[in-house]
Amino acid sequence: MLKGIAASKGIGIGKAAVLREMDDLQNLAGKTVSEPEIENETARFKNALAQTEKTMEAAKAKAAEIMGEAEAQVFEAYRMVLRDPVFISTVTGKMNNGHYSAEAAVLRAVDEIKAMFLSISNDYMRQRAEDIGHVGKSLINQLLGKAQVDLFHLDEDTIVIAKDLAPGDTVSLDRKHVKGFAIEKGGETSHTAIMARTLEIPALVGCGPDIFKIAAGDPVIIDGETGCLIHHPIPCEVEAYTAKYHTDMEKKERVKRLKDLEPVTTDGRHLELFGNIAKPEDAACVLEKGGTGIGLFRTEFLYLDRNSLPTEDEQFEAYKKTAELMGGNPCIVRTMDIGGDKKLPSINLQHEENPFLGYRAIRICLNETELFKTQLRAILRASIYGNLKIMFPMISGVSELRAAKRILEEAKAELQRKGIAYRQDIQVGIMIEIPSAAVAADLLAKESDFFSIGTNDLCQYTLAVDRMNERISHLYDPLNVGVLRLIKKVIDAAHENGIKVGMCGEMASDPVNAVLLLGMGMDELSMVPAAIPYVKEAVLKSSYEAAAEIAGKVINMADSQDIMQCMKEGFYAGKDF
Amino acid sequence: MLVRTFEINCPVGLHARPAAVLVSEAEKYKSEIVLRYKGREMSAKSIIGVMALGVETGGSIEVMVNGEDQEAAMKRLESFFEEEIRNL
Repeated sequence: MLKGIAASKGIGIGKAAVLREMDDLQNLAGKTVSEPEIENETARFKNALAQTEKTMEAAKAKAAEIMGEAEAQVFEAYRMVLRDPVFISTVTGKMNNGHYSAEAAVLRAVDEIKAMFLSISNDYMRQRAEDIGHVGKSLINQLLGKAQVDLFHLDEDTIVIAKDLAPGDTVSLDRKHVKGFAIEKGGETSHTAIMARTLEIPALVGCGPDIFKIAAGDPVIIDGETGCLIHHPIPCEVEAYTAKYHTDMEKKERVKRLKDLEPVTTDGRHLELFGNIAKPEDAACVLEKGGTGIGLFRTEFLYLDRNSLPTEDEQFEAYKKTAELMGGNPCIVRTMDIGGDKKLPSINLQHEENPFLGYRAIRICLNETELFKTQLRAILRASIYGNLKIMFPMISGVSELRAAKRILEEAKAELQRKGIAYRQDIQVGIMIEIPSAAVAADLLAKESDFFSIGTNDLCQYTLAVDRMNERISHLYDPLNVGVLRLIKKVIDAAHENGIKVGMCGEMASDPVNAVLLLGMGMDELSMVPAAIPYVKEAVLKSSYEAAAEIAGKVINMADSQDIMQCMKEGFYAGKDF
Repeated sequence: MLVRTFEINCPVGLHARPAAVLVSEAEKYKSEIVLRYKGREMSAKSIIGVMALGVETGGSIEVMVNGEDQEAAMKRLESFFEEEIRNL
């Protein structure tokens, strides 16, 4: 049995399809041929170009259909490289002058062009260097006649095993037949992990090199909850996991039917269920899952993977689109949370020893006020198209909140002067994710319109645990009573001051935790859209009074194992969610 | 052969989207289209070539068009470099 990082929930049972990286590229790169063979090599190269282009065309069409036009653009870049006269002449030059085989010529040309691009130091060029590398790889596969696993046409019930998946691989996926991924590399936030969660396909990442002991066609089971991968499962394992798989599927169907029900407890308490999104288009997904608002719109997508800062108009369009898609439902826009570990080529961020304790989020915004104001003006302008709210991240105390609000007032005044419309009474809230803010929540509540608790960071800062560090990740525990008490304090401080409080961290997406939070008095939970129906079912089956009683008990329990036990007995009693 | 010099007036210089649009427009003509920048020459029909020139904002490039449809091609390039590029 292998152990990976559980990246996307669910059980996957099937046969392995193994995507291998090419191993002996270096040997290939030195291969030469005799003069009379050059003509043949050239013909092979031209043929490989044509075949690869066909594959890319198909991938592009499929990508456009599944993930939208923007995602499909990467294939347009690949296609341009395949047709590029400089690329083609560089390769043929290597064959004619150096007598290299087609494979060797492609490898050498790709390396040369990549080096040329990398010498121009900017992120865009690095990305293009990767595109060229990807095209080169596809061509080599074609030339070698290596049956690369065709992700378009998988056999029924396939578990894809790979070193890593490129965006190009994942869009072309045959979604009907893939039952899961197990990937050698990557962490919870890698591209493959995010994609798998979006498509709701079970996935393990970070499985390590042993994953390649699995041969194509071997029976495999992956458990997207525990991170276990079973190679050659024995009959009783197959039976147990098949049963679990069917239970999961039934549950998925069952909770789907709750879509149009209000999330209300048996004793009439309402809990708002919202979705977290990263792109305007994700708003549609929230509505489809029965969410009635957006509790966290991460605006970082506007800033990452580009050289220049997004313009005000560009941001305005994105926020407007989201507001319109949500039609009147609330949408909390978090101002940019960049820095430390997320690099931004357009502003100068230095390498830091402790990025999570460093120059990030509101700390950048309060320093680079023009950058901040541009975003605020864009949100303000878009606010008249729906129900947008502004949320500041990483607020550590009242003075920072006041400073941020002053800049917001300046942004409003600028629009006012120009006669541009915006929603004057737009709500302004803060994320509670720094322990000092939680402790002083009563003071912050007097100057905020709402709170949203970001448990991922609150938990990591309160417990002093870097959850990416494998050796201590077991200490990362939102049920630690210290964390629960902080959460409770924030909820009470909000209510005493007459404002609403929500949560947008991962803790909110677990149905059992959600009932606890309901019992603690939470008004709104925001989560990955796919989790909304499951949490809704838990709310519908619970009584607020009973949940509040349990919440009152666990806050005085020392051990989180006991807390878990108490919750299970109290919440589950006779129910299944 | 027609020769003209243009100043590059788009915020990111001649890569990314502007480069892609230029190449797809250049491809539509039979004429040979060559760009010269800082002493290096590259085909305008090659995305790799155009990007490898590394033309920065404010840089000026020489454009040489030679072939049966050179007038039409140059006209198209003029409107590209003088107008459209600002909005890319």
